[in-house]
Amino acid sequence: MDINKINETIQMISEEHFDIRTVTMGISLLDCIGGDGQRTAEKVHRKIVDKAGKLVETAQQLERDFGVPIVNKRISVTPVSLLAGNTDYDGLIKIARALDQAAADVGVDFLGGYSALIQKGSTPTEKMLIDSLPEVLSTTKLLMSSINIASTKAGINLNAVGKTGRTIKRISEVDPLGNAKLVVFANAVEDNPFMAGAFHGVSEDDAVINVGVSGPGVVKRALETVRDRSIDVVAEKIKTTAFKITRIGQLIGGLTAKKLGLPFGIVDLSLAPTPARGDSVAEVLEEIGLEQVGTHGTTAALMLLNDAIKKGGVMASQRVGGLSGAFIPVSEDAGMIDATVAGTLSISKLEAMTSVCSVGLDMIAIPGNTPASTISAMIADEAAIGVQNNKTTAVRVIPVPGKSVGDSIDFGGLLGRAPIMPVIEKSSTAFINRGGHIPAPIHSFKN
Amino acid sequence: MKRAVVTVIGNDRPGIIAGVSKTLADNQANILDVAQTLMDKIFTMSMLIDITEIDAKFSNLQVELTKVGQKLGVSIQIQREEIFNSMSKI
Repeated sequence: MDINKINETIQMISEEHFDIRTVTMGISLLDCIGGDGQRTAEKVHRKIVDKAGKLVETAQQLERDFGVPIVNKRISVTPVSLLAGNTDYDGLIKIARALDQAAADVGVDFLGGYSALIQKGSTPTEKMLIDSLPEVLSTTKLLMSSINIASTKAGINLNAVGKTGRTIKRISEVDPLGNAKLVVFANAVEDNPFMAGAFHGVSEDDAVINVGVSGPGVVKRALETVRDRSIDVVAEKIKTTAFKITRIGQLIGGLTAKKLGLPFGIVDLSLAPTPARGDSVAEVLEEIGLEQVGTHGTTAALMLLNDAIKKGGVMASQRVGGLSGAFIPVSEDAGMIDATVAGTLSISKLEAMTSVCSVGLDMIAIPGNTPASTISAMIADEAAIGVQNNKTTAVRVIPVPGKSVGDSIDFGGLLGRAPIMPVIEKSSTAFINRGGHIPAPIHSFKN
Repeated sequence: MKRAVVTVIGNDRPGIIAGVSKTLADNQANILDVAQTLMDKIFTMSMLIDITEIDAKFSNLQVELTKVGQKLGVSIQIQREEIFNSMSKI
């Protein structure tokens, strides 16, 4: 074995913040549907504890075996709206509590799947689920929620977009942190291991292990060795680094699945930052040659980064899925926070960036007096980018009551700290209030 | 055969190799290969060891090596071999 290779691996882990961001167990709860909410809740709890009881212990053993930190252990479940078709509001709350309790009992960091897929239309249950979000997200700890309001095949459900914007406002009135646990998607994927948007799609196995890798620090350090070289060299360097990062994800995911006797699903080839210095996607972009993220050239640099990660990662893993790309959550990335405070990074620029990377307007705090229709219009814009470009996009914005531009809000832990970003104050209300459906784009008719 | 890699990094002083080797011997871990050098006065050593016999007690060995490292003032890590192979080989 080559001693340089050993040193390289050790250095990546100890100095460059390389880690597995998450090992996520997807669990189908379709066999837990009972006659009412209470019975469904009981079955849901039992199945999760049964399937995921050893998840945390197994992942911790692998952390020790290989010396690689696995930052989060998570669970994703079948979208809850599909379990609650015959359930009233109280029953739905019981299911939400049971999920939260099950997550706490097995010791995972988060559980995702309090979700509704309403890109085309919505059932009374799905409407009820969205109405329950202010209560559910403020009274549960580990439960994460997502709503899919658009897809390339179905177009954009503008009614749902309007309702979701109003709901985000209501959530913030109870507790702004609730909105850090809710993501609004276009083209949501069924095997995403990342939060808040993870859910276990109906086409998946009964239970499966998915893995999300991280490591912007490793990429940045690698790029430091090719300063002043051509951009081709940068692309190559990112590719080879992404390969190495992803191989470890593949190894750990495969072994977790094997030890738990489950199929191994996918590796999500992502570059996910944390609020720690040196673990930032913004810093990678700056290393490519931008004085600060958000300036002209950011979109091009991000496009190269996102593409090179995929090219390196695809070769390194058996099956690729999830969101797979660079993440740009503002509050979770020290470099993004700096650029926002300095006024270099705006929501408009972030929107442009989301057209070339995964996922979207993520972890952005906005003034508390932002109208619901403006939030809806931000969601509609992101959905349009996703629908038209055949990719996943998402919105996770947090209106913070009583705060305005210049203030900031601290979410703690991996969620970080967000400076309040300015939004354009001209109204989008008449547009959103039209309701209805934005048709699917012409290129979605492929049959 | 199950193998692991032990890496030791720290300021040079007498007894590092002795301390690490004794811990491995006491735990029935056979040393297969050793590479040791001083990089800019920093002691660095990588060892390939056979852990087939003690696979189940891997965590114990890890804890003991960490303790020895603290006593000697060096950082000792032990990781299963697969991680190095999977990262550098197809």
